[in-house]
Amino acid sequence: MIDRDTVEHVARLARLALTEEERERFAEQLGRILEYADRLSALPLDDVPPTSHALPMTNVLRDDAVAPSLPRDEVLAQAPARRDGFFVVPRVFDEG
Amino acid sequence: MATPAGAPRTVVGLEIHVQLLTASKMFCGCAVSFGAPPNTLVCPVCLGLPGALPVLNRRAVDLGLRTALALGCRIHPRSQFHRKNYFYPDLPKNYQISQYEYAGHPPLATGGALEIVTEGARRLVRIRRVHLEEDTGRLVHAEGASGSLVDFNRSGVPLMEIVTEPDLRSPAEAREFLTALRRLLQFAEVSSGRMEEGTLRCDANVSLVGDDGVPGIRTEVKNMNSIRAVERALAYEVARQAEARRRGEAVVQETRHWDERRGVTFGSRSKEEAQDYRYFPEPDLVPLEVDEAWLERVRASLPELPAARRDRLMAAFGLGGADADRLTASPAMARFFEETVAAFPDARVVANWLVGEVAAYLNEHGTEIDAITLTPRRLADLLRLIEDGTLSGRLAKEILVAMIKDDLDAVAVVEARGLRQISDEAALGRIVEEVLAAHPGPVADVRAGKDRALGFLVGQVMKATGGRANPEAVNRLLRERVGS
Amino acid sequence: MPETPFETARGLVAAYRAQRTRPSEAVEAALAQVERHEPRVRAFLHLDAERARTEAAAWDRRYAAGEDTPPLAGVPVALKDNLCTRGAPTTCGSRILEGWRPPYDATVVARLRTAGAILLGKTNLDEFAMGSSTENSAFGPTRNPWDLSRVPGGSSGGSAAAVAAGFVPLALGSDTGGSIRLPAGFCGVVGLKPTYGRVSRYGLVAFASSLDQIGPLARDVEDCALLLDAIAGPDPLDTTSARVPPPQARAALGAAPRGLRVGVVTDAFGAGVAPGVAAAIREALRTLEGLGLAIEEVALPTLEAALPAYYLLAPAEASANLARYDGMRYGLRAAGADLVDTYRQTRRRGFGPEVKRRIMLGTYALSAGYYDAYYLRAQKVRTLVARDFERAFARADVVVMPVAPTPAFAIGERAADPLQMYLADVFTIPVNLAGLPGLALPCGFDGGLPVGLQLIGRPFDEATLLRVGHAYQQATDWHRRRPPVA
Ligand SMILES: [Mg+2]
Ligand SMILES: [Zn+2]
Repeated sequence: MIDRDTVEHVARLARLALTEEERERFAEQLGRILEYADRLSALPLDDVPPTSHALPMTNVLRDDAVAPSLPRDEVLAQAPARRDGFFVVPRVFDEG
Repeated sequence: MATPAGAPRTVVGLEIHVQLLTASKMFCGCAVSFGAPPNTLVCPVCLGLPGALPVLNRRAVDLGLRTALALGCRIHPRSQFHRKNYFYPDLPKNYQISQYEYAGHPPLATGGALEIVTEGARRLVRIRRVHLEEDTGRLVHAEGASGSLVDFNRSGVPLMEIVTEPDLRSPAEAREFLTALRRLLQFAEVSSGRMEEGTLRCDANVSLVGDDGVPGIRTEVKNMNSIRAVERALAYEVARQAEARRRGEAVVQETRHWDERRGVTFGSRSKEEAQDYRYFPEPDLVPLEVDEAWLERVRASLPELPAARRDRLMAAFGLGGADADRLTASPAMARFFEETVAAFPDARVVANWLVGEVAAYLNEHGTEIDAITLTPRRLADLLRLIEDGTLSGRLAKEILVAMIKDDLDAVAVVEARGLRQISDEAALGRIVEEVLAAHPGPVADVRAGKDRALGFLVGQVMKATGGRANPEAVNRLLRERVGS
Repeated sequence: MPETPFETARGLVAAYRAQRTRPSEAVEAALAQVERHEPRVRAFLHLDAERARTEAAAWDRRYAAGEDTPPLAGVPVALKDNLCTRGAPTTCGSRILEGWRPPYDATVVARLRTAGAILLGKTNLDEFAMGSSTENSAFGPTRNPWDLSRVPGGSSGGSAAAVAAGFVPLALGSDTGGSIRLPAGFCGVVGLKPTYGRVSRYGLVAFASSLDQIGPLARDVEDCALLLDAIAGPDPLDTTSARVPPPQARAALGAAPRGLRVGVVTDAFGAGVAPGVAAAIREALRTLEGLGLAIEEVALPTLEAALPAYYLLAPAEASANLARYDGMRYGLRAAGADLVDTYRQTRRRGFGPEVKRRIMLGTYALSAGYYDAYYLRAQKVRTLVARDFERAFARADVVVMPVAPTPAFAIGERAADPLQMYLADVFTIPVNLAGLPGLALPCGFDGGLPVGLQLIGRPFDEATLLRVGHAYQQATDWHRRRPPVA
């Protein structure tokens, strides 16, 4: 079980709005999943290196060559809101 | 900087973002270009569209390695990109691909140092790390609009982040450091290094340490758009913190923004959420392994750095340290000097003109040697006209300005304005006679041994010739005629 | 006239070349089959019949003219709806991407077009490929053609069901923890998860980037090899796609697998495995032995730890991969009081419960203070799993496990209990963690439902898996069985 404040904190980080019911359900379900995951703490892992990539590949790079960009109409056609060639988003807090 | 007893000591660390000189973006082929119409340099990758994947630009890594070598950093044989997770509308994936530093995951390079000179003393400022990352898009806050506008042309542009240790002890040192770093980046051909255009950006961490040695709370200052602004903002912030300390008020740990117009820093009004970036290795990019052969290639490609250039100019052209410093203030200036000398071999004369008249012009107009119409060949031509007596030094200075303004060769200016120096003795003799006739008083004074009166008469001849008279010839003729 | 709609892809191509039938006829047969059964199966999210007919007509002419044609010319293929198709809907089974049309094709889609395939439509999936039953689609579940009350497995349930129901001979799926093999097993078709890096991920909407891999679904191993050959190979747009020569899988099928060693994972026959499943696998092993393969026992001691490790790593990566669905640039935008509220309302309305659960879990596992306890530890387990397989491959050329502990379960049966649902992937997940190729193929029935045999190979050794699978299918006819719905 993880507490509902933790659930709310994580939901904030993940930019998810939760209902009270969801907070409760996630607290219970995440708690059970994490309890299950705690089995891993029983394994002797101190000297084991972590794996972040399935295969041992390195140094895949591209040349610094310019390739065509997308037509702007096509890019903006998908936007929920657009104006004068820009995407429009809810007002970002003006730092000035 | 000498610290008065009891006064708090200033501690400054800088975090610098450098836009790398690449043709294409960090992880896609979109062009890096300033001032294109919004959202025209974007593709699935830099827009963070579902399914798109990043592919690392080799040149960006090479330029990062160049910088690391130039700063004497330890380059890690194996490094890895990470995802830095935070939501912001200018960040299309809501994570930034960057390099993070934690156990087993070094960034591209760590350690290293850059020498600065303050108050005549040389000092090393330690570099904590150099890493690569992608830039964000650009937010535009349209006046009166209900929303903000986003342009993703800058999204994914290659950046290098350079972080110093908190080794800087005054706003002036911060200025010196940035000046030296910019010079290094320009000589290494890593970045254009222009803060005004945003290709060099600097945030500063500032705190004061009391004479009891207890470090104060640190603030982060942002939004400084020139080296001068950094110095001013830091001076303001240091004074503000010192004042708070004097009054026994607490300094709040926060991000503060520099307001260039009002000359103050101010805290963000928004409540800052505790940051938790949840870094983890970027699974879409395989690790980077830099071996000795790669480093050797980068080393071989590294252009001559400022210190080496300075030493070479002194040795090769017999320049003094001060001149050599000024001629290596930027690679463009150094290149201009050497190219001019190639066409006009009197290096001292070239140096004098560059650090004198040309530098004064640049200063006055707030511009750079590579942004004006003057070319090494044009300057060499001008100097040759002085050397062969066609122009006086004074005239040449005027012509220089006209050449720059009108984008002309020296000869063209001379012809257009009829400014060729008058050395013809018959013609000058007639003018001298007229001046003598018009000013009997000064003539008498000269005869009485008053040399200052001779200067007056020379001036009158110059005035009558529109400054074109050869000064040596005028002096000689006057003395002959007055008989002094 | 070939026995459409259950003709194989290679059978269709042969018939086109011999002018015994035309792509238009095959497409009409496929569409007719879809019309008959799709209302109950619900395999597709989008169908493009008109375009399919146009393309088929073009191939008709080229075959009639006797032109050289690419290997899949005129063959109808279905795509899981997490593969980007230029100008055509790509929803990932999510409300948040409803109406989104990518401005580009995934590399596999481009390769299929080049190979001449007719892309008939996009198939249903668990939202963002998160699930084992295709019940997590925002657009409703797909049903198992063998028993409409049961799930087809997931997350590539739509693709597996479409192949099983005779809608298409070939389909693409994606497999992050078993999402090709589990539905292949549940629907009685062949599914291959290639080695990580074998097939470009460019244009596959990411779930967990270090585990995701696109792969083929088909009715038999030979067709599966044919489709793999069409999509595999390095891609400059995906830096994790391996610089290894393409598998030429179909050409490798001819060599008899006699003498190869088969490693049976003894740990995979413990509690939780349905007796009917265990019996079918044992029978399959006897068949393989009869084909001249040597049966060995191998151990995967970390098998049990793989599942919890996966359910930390995959959600962690997913939490970042799905951060981009925020209502700013494309897809759904819900009204909010301010910027942050717009993010939170958009994601609340756009994502289903399983996606939210995994985003929460992954965010938690990466957050300050928990990284070492969860994420890092899971990465270390990943190392151990890979070592387990290395040891097994010292003794065996192919490792065998069931695809899943049970046959297809009933719709709704596990929906309320995420942990129960996650257990369906216990035998497929370790293969993703180690990046290995895994082949699922039908090997019998339990209570009238297909049972899947899983063959696991060394990295980039799909050819051996397919050789063994092909030999097995020469000796058995499980893959020829048809579901009652069709
Ligand atoms: Mg940075
Ligand atoms: Zn781009």
